[in-house]
Amino acid sequence: MRLSECKEGIKAVVKDLFMNESIRKRMMDLGLLPGTEVSVVRKAPFGGPLVVQFRGYQISFRLSEAKQIAIEAC
Amino acid sequence: MKTIALAGNPNAGKTSLFNVLTGTRQYVGNWAGVTVEKKEGWIKELPGNVIVDLPGIYSLSAQSLEEKLATAYLLEESPGALINIVDASNLERNLYFTVQLLEMGLPSVVALNMIDVAEGRGLHIDGSRLEQRLGAPVVPMVARKAKGHERLLELLKNGLDTSSGLFIPYPDDIEAAVREISQLLDSDETTANRRHSTRWLALSWLEGNETVEHTIRSEVTPELMGRMAAVRASFVATQGENLDQRIRNARYDWIGVLLAECVSQNNAVNRSLSDRIDTLILNKWLGIPIFLAFMYLVFQVTFSWVGTSLSDLIDTFFSGPLTDWVQSALTWLNSPDWFRALVVDGILAGVGGVLVFVPQIGILFLCLSFLEDSGYMARAAVLMDRFMSTIGLNGKAFIPLILGFGCNVPAIMATRTLEDQRGRMVTAFISPFMSCSARLSVYSLFVSAFFDSGKATIVFLLYLTGIVMAIGTAFVLKKFLSDDEGVFLMELPPYRAPMFKSLMLNTWDKARGFVRKAGTIIFGMSVLLWFLGNFSFSGMSPMDSSFLAQIGGFIAPVFALLGFASWQAGVSLLTGFLAKEVVVSTMAIAYASGDTGSLGTVLQGMFTPAAALGFLFFVLLYTPCVSTVAMMKRETGSWKWTLASVAYSFGVAWIVAYGVYRLGLVIW
Repeated sequence: MRLSECKEGIKAVVKDLFMNESIRKRMMDLGLLPGTEVSVVRKAPFGGPLVVQFRGYQISFRLSEAKQIAIEAC
Repeated sequence: MKTIALAGNPNAGKTSLFNVLTGTRQYVGNWAGVTVEKKEGWIKELPGNVIVDLPGIYSLSAQSLEEKLATAYLLEESPGALINIVDASNLERNLYFTVQLLEMGLPSVVALNMIDVAEGRGLHIDGSRLEQRLGAPVVPMVARKAKGHERLLELLKNGLDTSSGLFIPYPDDIEAAVREISQLLDSDETTANRRHSTRWLALSWLEGNETVEHTIRSEVTPELMGRMAAVRASFVATQGENLDQRIRNARYDWIGVLLAECVSQNNAVNRSLSDRIDTLILNKWLGIPIFLAFMYLVFQVTFSWVGTSLSDLIDTFFSGPLTDWVQSALTWLNSPDWFRALVVDGILAGVGGVLVFVPQIGILFLCLSFLEDSGYMARAAVLMDRFMSTIGLNGKAFIPLILGFGCNVPAIMATRTLEDQRGRMVTAFISPFMSCSARLSVYSLFVSAFFDSGKATIVFLLYLTGIVMAIGTAFVLKKFLSDDEGVFLMELPPYRAPMFKSLMLNTWDKARGFVRKAGTIIFGMSVLLWFLGNFSFSGMSPMDSSFLAQIGGFIAPVFALLGFASWQAGVSLLTGFLAKEVVVSTMAIAYASGDTGSLGTVLQGMFTPAAALGFLFFVLLYTPCVSTVAMMKRETGSWKWTLASVAYSFGVAWIVAYGVYRLGLVIW
C-alpha cells in the first residue's frame, strides 16, 4: 500500500521509499525513514498536496511523492 | 575578530534570536559568488565578535544551495563558536541537525528555543540531562520574548570548549570503514590544524557528502584521496546498500533513546487548537475561498479602510500648511523666484506626492507580516500548490509572487527560496506582473479622479489582471522550458500569535525602504524633471516648449491608439521606468499642479475615462522599474532573460491597454 492511498487519520508505518536519490535523502533527513510511524492529516481536493504527520510535526508534500512511499497500516 | 555562527532548522526561531542578540546592529550582504542573503551582526555584550546567521536548513547532507552554503561555511570558515537553535516543541527533527553539528566537533551551544510552547504541550525537558548526553551546553529560552538569552551570552563570553565531537554509534561494518578512512586522514600532515572531528569527516566521506569531499580534496594529497576513494568504493560494492538510510537510522535511533531519557510528557499531545484551525483553513472546499477572502480583506484595509485615510491626512498637510510655510520662509529669506519654484514645484511636489503613499505601504506589509508570522503563509502555499503546479511552479513560488504586491525587488529576491533553477527563472519573469505598491500611487490618483463609485473594485480588477497575466505567461513558458520541478516540501508550524515588535520591525523596514527610495531616486528625479520642464535650449522657458515637452512629444505617438498621446503622459511613463512611483510626481510637475488633489482635477480635463482606464492597465503591465530589472539580471544571471522580460511586458501592456481603452469607449 502507498501513502497516497492512506485514509486521513489512520496510522501507518513506512516500509520503503521509492524515490530518486536526492529526494529520498531529504525525506530521510526530515525523519521519514523505513520504520517511521506516519499518518495523513489532510488531503487536498483535485490531487493537491497532502499534509502528513510524523515525529510530532506536520509537513506537506505532493501526491506524486506520496505515491512513492510504501506503507503498512497498523 | 571572532566569528559566531547561528545555525538551525527553518521555523526554529533563528531570526528572533538573531534580532534579540544584535538589535539593530545588523548588516545584510551576500554569500560570496551567489545571491543568497548573508546576515551579519554585532553583539553589544560581546565586543570583538561578529555573528553570522546561516541559512535555515534541515541537514548537512546538502541538497539545496542554502544547505551547500551553510555546510561549506562550517567546513571552511570554522567559526569560533556555533549557536545551534532548536525548537523545543519539535525536538526530534531539530535534534537530527544538532547531532550532525555536534558530530562535526566545533565548539557549540544549543539554544533550546520555544520552551514555553513545549511546556504548553505538557512536555518537560530535562535540560541538564540533555546537556550531559549531548556534551554541549543547553540553554532553554524563548527568543520571541527575549527570555533566557542572558546565559547564552555568558557562555559565549567565557568561551566554549572545543569538543572532540559527539559520538554516535553506527553499525559495525560502517564503523570499520570509518576507522579505516580516519586513519588515512590522520596520516595526512594537515591533521594538526584541522578543526573538525576526523570521525565526522570520514563518515561524511563514506556517505559521499559532496561538500565534505570538496574540502578534503583541497587539503590532502591526490595519492591519499585515491586511497580513501578505494576504501569507499570497496565498501559501497560490498555493503553499500542503504548506507544513507542506515546512517540516518542510527542517528534517529540515538535521538529516540535520548528523548526517552530527557523528555517526559505530562498530558496528551496538544496540537488540537492548531489542527482545529487547519480543519477550516485547509478545508477541501473552503480553503481557497478563505484565502481569497483574506487577500481581499488585506486590500480593503490597505486601500480603502485605513491606508487611504491616513494618506489623505498627509496629503492635506503637504499641500496646505507645509507648502505655505516653505513659501513664506523662502520669501522672507529673499530667495530668487527660480529657487522658490524649484523647492515648491520641484522638490516638495515630487517628494510630497510620494510620501502620501507611505501609510498604504506600511499597512500592506503589516498585513503580510501578520500572515507570515502567524503561520498562515505556509498554509497558503499548500492551498495554492495544486493550482501553481498546473503552471509548472510549486506552491512555494506563490510567496514571492505575493511579495510582488509590495515591491517586485524583494519578490524577485525571494525566488531564491525555490530549489529548482527553472522555477526561479519563471517566477522572476512573471513577478513584475504582480502589481507593486509603487504602482498603487498611480491607481489611487486616477481612480479617485475618475471613478467615484467602485474605486476598490477597479483597483481589485487591476490586481487581478496582473495575476492573470502572470499565470498566462507562466503557462506559456511551461510549454517552452523543460520540466524539472523541484520537490515541494512545506512544513506547517503550529499557528501562533505574531509578536507586535517583530511586525513593527518588518513594517518599519519596508516603509523605510520605500521612503529611502523616495528620498534619493525621486529627489534626484524631481530636480532633474523640474529642470527639464522649465528649460529649453534657449534657457528658461514655459513648460510646453521645454525639454520635457519635446521628449514626451517624441514618444507620445506610440500611445496614440491608446487614447493618451499627450507629451505629459509620455514623459511620466518614461520616468516611470526609473521608479513607478515617479509617474505621479512627474505628472504633478508636468501638469504644473502642486499636489495630488488638484492634479486629479487637472487630469479630468486631460484624459477621457476610457483613456484613464487604459492608462492604468498600461502602468500595471509595462516594463518594470530599473531596480526590478537590475534585480532580475542579478538573480537570473542572464541579460537575455532580463531583456526578454522588458520587451515582453511592454508588448503585453500595449495590447491590454488598447483592449481596455476600446472596451471603455463602448461603455462610456
